[in-house]
Amino acid sequence: MDKRKIISAGLAILSIVLFIFIWYLCTDVLELVPARTLPSPEKVLDSFIKKFHDKNPDGGTLIEHTLASLQVALTGYLWAIIIGVPLGIFMAWNRNVDKFVRPLFDLLKPIPGVAWIPLMIVIFGIGIKSKAAVVFCSAVVPCILNSYTGIKQSKEVHMWVARTFGATRLQMLWTVAIPTALPHIMTGIRVALSSAWVAIVAAELLGSTKGLGFMIQQSRGIYRTDIIIVGMLAIGICGIILSIILSFIEHLVVKGRK
Amino acid sequence: MQMDSKGKLIPVIEGRKICKRFSSKRGEKTVLEDIDLSVSENEFVVLFGPGQCGKTTLMNILSGLDVPTSGTVYCDGEIVQRPAPERGVVFQAMALFPWLTVRGNVAYGLKARGVPRDEWMERSDYFIKLVGLEGFEDAYINRLSGGMKQRVGIARAYCNDPKVLFMDEPFSALDAQTRYMMQDEIARIWETEKKTVVFVTNNIEEAVFLADRIILLTNCPSHVKKEYRIDLPRPRDYTSRDFLLLRDEITKQMDSTL
Repeated sequence: MDKRKIISAGLAILSIVLFIFIWYLCTDVLELVPARTLPSPEKVLDSFIKKFHDKNPDGGTLIEHTLASLQVALTGYLWAIIIGVPLGIFMAWNRNVDKFVRPLFDLLKPIPGVAWIPLMIVIFGIGIKSKAAVVFCSAVVPCILNSYTGIKQSKEVHMWVARTFGATRLQMLWTVAIPTALPHIMTGIRVALSSAWVAIVAAELLGSTKGLGFMIQQSRGIYRTDIIIVGMLAIGICGIILSIILSFIEHLVVKGRK
Repeated sequence: MQMDSKGKLIPVIEGRKICKRFSSKRGEKTVLEDIDLSVSENEFVVLFGPGQCGKTTLMNILSGLDVPTSGTVYCDGEIVQRPAPERGVVFQAMALFPWLTVRGNVAYGLKARGVPRDEWMERSDYFIKLVGLEGFEDAYINRLSGGMKQRVGIARAYCNDPKVLFMDEPFSALDAQTRYMMQDEIARIWETEKKTVVFVTNNIEEAVFLADRIILLTNCPSHVKKEYRIDLPRPRDYTSRDFLLLRDEITKQMDSTL
């Protein structure tokens, strides 16, 4: 068991090291691509560290941009959870709610979150509101879908048990259906996080005054590929950290399943 | 125990002329036909019959989970129309809640009815001990073996203190060894905590080992073929002469099915 863990950790490190090595080989060593087009890993690392306190060339440090993106993304994301999860649950639990909401939901569901950007910018401008709204539109769909599926997983025999113990319908929802759905709800929340993160960067690329997407877009204009890659790395790292936090919460909330 | 106006004992469970028909595209199928039965207080009654003869359907009707096509079920003289806490059920598929611990499962019924914490703690302690699961109070269900799960199911039904306990082939999913052990256990628990029990099985040994009275059902459409009062002293011995004679006699009467 321990041996297997060491091997998998070794492979993980190896893949990253190999990737950086090939990158290094193509740039600094063999100079296959001009440094202006693809800077070396060394240069990117240097810019990465510098960008922590350097406001050039886009008017903000890496931390400021990251926080700006996180703030907007989390605002839209939390609203998506607050509205999407209960909505999914009630759609699955109550046939009339389902009938009422479903046609609209089915119509809006296939629209990618990014497609909302132009409309939201026209309505809300390029401030925090429009981007939070775009994030919301992307993240709310997986929240609703997975909560809905989760509630529908409730076993009839579990409902019977609850009924033989005299549980009311509301108690059946709280003590049977929602616990059954919880792993699915958490999955929905996790999927929604990646959707939210994709949406925020896309929204910032198209119209924004700060944030990681904005930083990348600005750097493209002045041909600073090193900063573009710094921005991409920051997006990746934030994504990893957020999903680690979520797995931790999931572990606390979902008990007794495999 | 209650008596009616003429001073006659009212049975805990009484079924009068119970019929159940299912209609499908291929026509109507009668599963239960004119079944009359009554169960008195603290009696251990076994519903015994071949394979798919509708025993579970009958039990579901008696407990209120299903409704008869015609006929009536009385519990303590009152018409049964829906499941209620006074009629506990131990399900074939166990139907424990995997998101709750052993204690959470056992105390579920009491909590659902708003019994104060002290009381449900005390009662669940007692029944967890009675079924031999002391030390597993905080274990989740997926950590338990098949036999232990069924013990939780029994404790959960007992803890709610129903007037009558229905058990639907509770040991059918267990291996032979565990099954013998659980038969001993259920006999011991029943002797310690007297309870009116309706037990469904298609295993003749189990029936003779446990029952005060065996109600033999025929093949589909089921009706009551014969009743046997089992007066063998407890604890019973699977290999005693009387046990074997009784077992053979009832087996001969049972309809054979493919």
